[in-house]
Amino acid sequence: MTITPDGPLLLPGPVEVTLPDGTVVTSRRFTVALCTCRRSRIYPWCDTSHRRRTKNAKETR
Amino acid sequence: MTGPALPQPRGELSAAVIAALTSGDTALDSTLPPTVDPYGDDLQLALYVLYELHYRGFTGVPDELEWDPGLLAVRRSLERPFLAALRRDVPPGTSADEALDALLVEPVGHDDSSVSHHLQRDGELWQLTEYAALRSLYHLKEADPHAWVIPRLRGRAKAGMVAVEFDEFGAGRPEEIHARLYADLMTDLGLDTTYGHYLDRAPAVALATVNLMSLFGLHRALRGALVGHFATVEVTSSPGSRRMAAALRRTGAGKAAQRFYDEHVEADAVHEQVVRRDVVGGLLADEPHLEADIAFGVHATGLLEDRFGAHVLKAWQQQHSALRTLPHGGTERKSP
Ligand code: FES
Ligand SMILES: [Fe+2]
Ligand SMILES: [Fe+2]
Repeated sequence: MTITPDGPLLLPGPVEVTLPDGTVVTSRRFTVALCTCRRSRIYPWCDTSHRRRTKNAKETR
Repeated sequence: MTGPALPQPRGELSAAVIAALTSGDTALDSTLPPTVDPYGDDLQLALYVLYELHYRGFTGVPDELEWDPGLLAVRRSLERPFLAALRRDVPPGTSADEALDALLVEPVGHDDSSVSHHLQRDGELWQLTEYAALRSLYHLKEADPHAWVIPRLRGRAKAGMVAVEFDEFGAGRPEEIHARLYADLMTDLGLDTTYGHYLDRAPAVALATVNLMSLFGLHRALRGALVGHFATVEVTSSPGSRRMAAALRRTGAGKAAQRFYDEHVEADAVHEQVVRRDVVGGLLADEPHLEADIAFGVHATGLLEDRFGAHVLKAWQQQHSALRTLPHGGTERKSP
């Protein structure tokens, strides 16, 4: 597995994760990005919410 | 498999190309008028039509014309000014990492220059429908031109590229091919999912975003730029897709419409990591001299996406359609 410097933990899939409340979620993807920043809106999967925020980002998509 | 119908010409260049495909007489003069606009409708449509021969072709056009020397010469004469304009218009001299790092930052709050920000906060259903129609030229080819780079990569870059492409093509499940998920989104929005259906309605700014990936994909010499294009798409997709999913949810567009973008929030958070680390990183380790081309691919993608976004937002601000109005019968502010 890979620990990225600024974001998720990368694991080879498929992955089964047990959440604190006992729910089990699975991902069949070839690589799975597990959120470590706890800001993801699709936790436990990373949704890039860990990204740095700035006042003048240029992004049009 | 039958291809789409040939589009209506938008000037002399596109008229000559379309006439050649119809008649089979491909002995064309490939010298361009010096005043040709490299980003204009005529050149972009002519190029789009010639590139389409490498995808699915057109109804009534023989498959063999894909490798017709006369048409290839014309294609080259159209690509040159397009590529020269892109090289002229992108910021010079950044590394691949600098180019990509600039995309890894999200704005605080609302971004007025972003289509997805606009759609999330204020988008109306007709605007989402128009956006989906315009983007269909791209998404119904999603990941296709990027597959052309596979034989040109090795090792880590190749393995990473193929793994992401496998996901784009549904990971073994045809109903989950991303282009198919996009067709399902279009159905929810009441759009025609026929491949190529909205070509006549797409302005040059939309055609250019597709021509860019065809240009990069078809030329081995531009493999670095193709990887830069792919990385840009994957890095910017996840947050943009979250806004799009929110917009479609708010306007009640439908389950399949949301599904396409929900899938991209999660998938592209992974794809971004694999593409940056393995595909870009692997290619740079293998062929360090491609650094400038990777950065060029990132910037050129950003440039054309910005132009496309600016066009769409400007049209909507003026309560106009962002689609081209057809000579016969097209009316404004009606869904496409
Ligand atoms: S690590 Fe990516 S959203 Fe938390
Ligand atoms: Fe995709
Ligand atoms: Fe992706």
